[in-house]
Amino acid sequence: MFAAAAAGVLVAMALALTRACLGPSVFDRILAVNSFSTLTILLIAIHGFLTERPEFLDICLVYALINFISTIAVTKYIENRGFGPAPKEEEPGEV
Amino acid sequence: MVHALSLGGVLAVLWLLLSGYFKILLLTLGVASVALTVLVARRMDIVDHEGHPIHLGWRAVTYWLWLLKEIAKSARDVAKIVVQREMPIAPSVFRVKATQKSELGNVIYANSITLTPGTVTLEVEDGYLTVHAIDRGCREGLENGDMDRRVTHMAGEFAEEEKA
Amino acid sequence: MEIVLDILSWLSLGLGCALVIIGSLGLVRLPDMYTRMHAAGITDTLGTMMVMLGLAFQAGLTLVTVKLAFIVLFVLYTSPVATHALARAALRGGLKPLTVGDDNVPVTRKEKEPAE
Repeated sequence: MFAAAAAGVLVAMALALTRACLGPSVFDRILAVNSFSTLTILLIAIHGFLTERPEFLDICLVYALINFISTIAVTKYIENRGFGPAPKEEEPGEV
Repeated sequence: MVHALSLGGVLAVLWLLLSGYFKILLLTLGVASVALTVLVARRMDIVDHEGHPIHLGWRAVTYWLWLLKEIAKSARDVAKIVVQREMPIAPSVFRVKATQKSELGNVIYANSITLTPGTVTLEVEDGYLTVHAIDRGCREGLENGDMDRRVTHMAGEFAEEEKA
Repeated sequence: MEIVLDILSWLSLGLGCALVIIGSLGLVRLPDMYTRMHAAGITDTLGTMMVMLGLAFQAGLTLVTVKLAFIVLFVLYTSPVATHALARAALRGGLKPLTVGDDNVPVTRKEKEPAE
């Protein structure tokens, strides 16, 4: 039963990875990778139950936090062309 | 000071629940880490009504329950859209007014909008939110202002919404 | 009692897996980045909640369930912030939302007047 759930999550991960490969924009890829990380959390949790080792849930907790920080960091990097503060002088034109 | 104490309490409970050990060494380590964390947070000046909103109280719990119901409802709607062969989407970008006075209320409202599938907050400025919705149903569900009223109520601001 | 919990757990896990797959399917099928964000929202919210609920039914009232609840709580608190940051970055980066209808508000940083 846990194996079936893990298989389902793996299918979803494959689909998310497809989107990450297809692109087309960098934001699509970030979105897909963010979704992939959420699915990884689920997979680790299910794996913990599958092997009856609930210690894996601690890894899930850490992974959830790292996932958030990494998405924010990459988004900031793309937005500001670096990790510094936002460039002030150039206003973006019509989007 | 109240916020620092409650933050320490929450962290202590978090430590106990996550570790699950009640040995004297681990409890000492836990007390030390909680004290250190509260000290650092106080030095960073983030222990206030925004970083640790205890004044919301029970209203926050009832709001969460309502929000979970909304999430389930709109997730079902979006899932229905995705599985249909022709995908009847009608994406639109529009503005809604946020009637909350405080920034905390605004943030709660914007995050609630983003948390429900089908609507995403794109921009928050001057009491207006720019929202992207996937179809007309999601858009109308937001424009009737039910969630806005509930957030305003939850944030404890019984503003002049009745008069307006 | 055992069998009831097992059935509930089965149902939750199955529903969660279905939702997670549908969310990822939407990620592949939907036409532009902003609509894909909504599909990813299903995975992040209801999909995660249902899978964790299914696992919680298996674990019973133990510390494991508390940890599962904490994971769901973290995901629920962090996912809207990440999604909003991504949407804002995409908007600033010049990615235009695909829209239908005539009542679109043009979204620029300069525009300050509320469009009522």
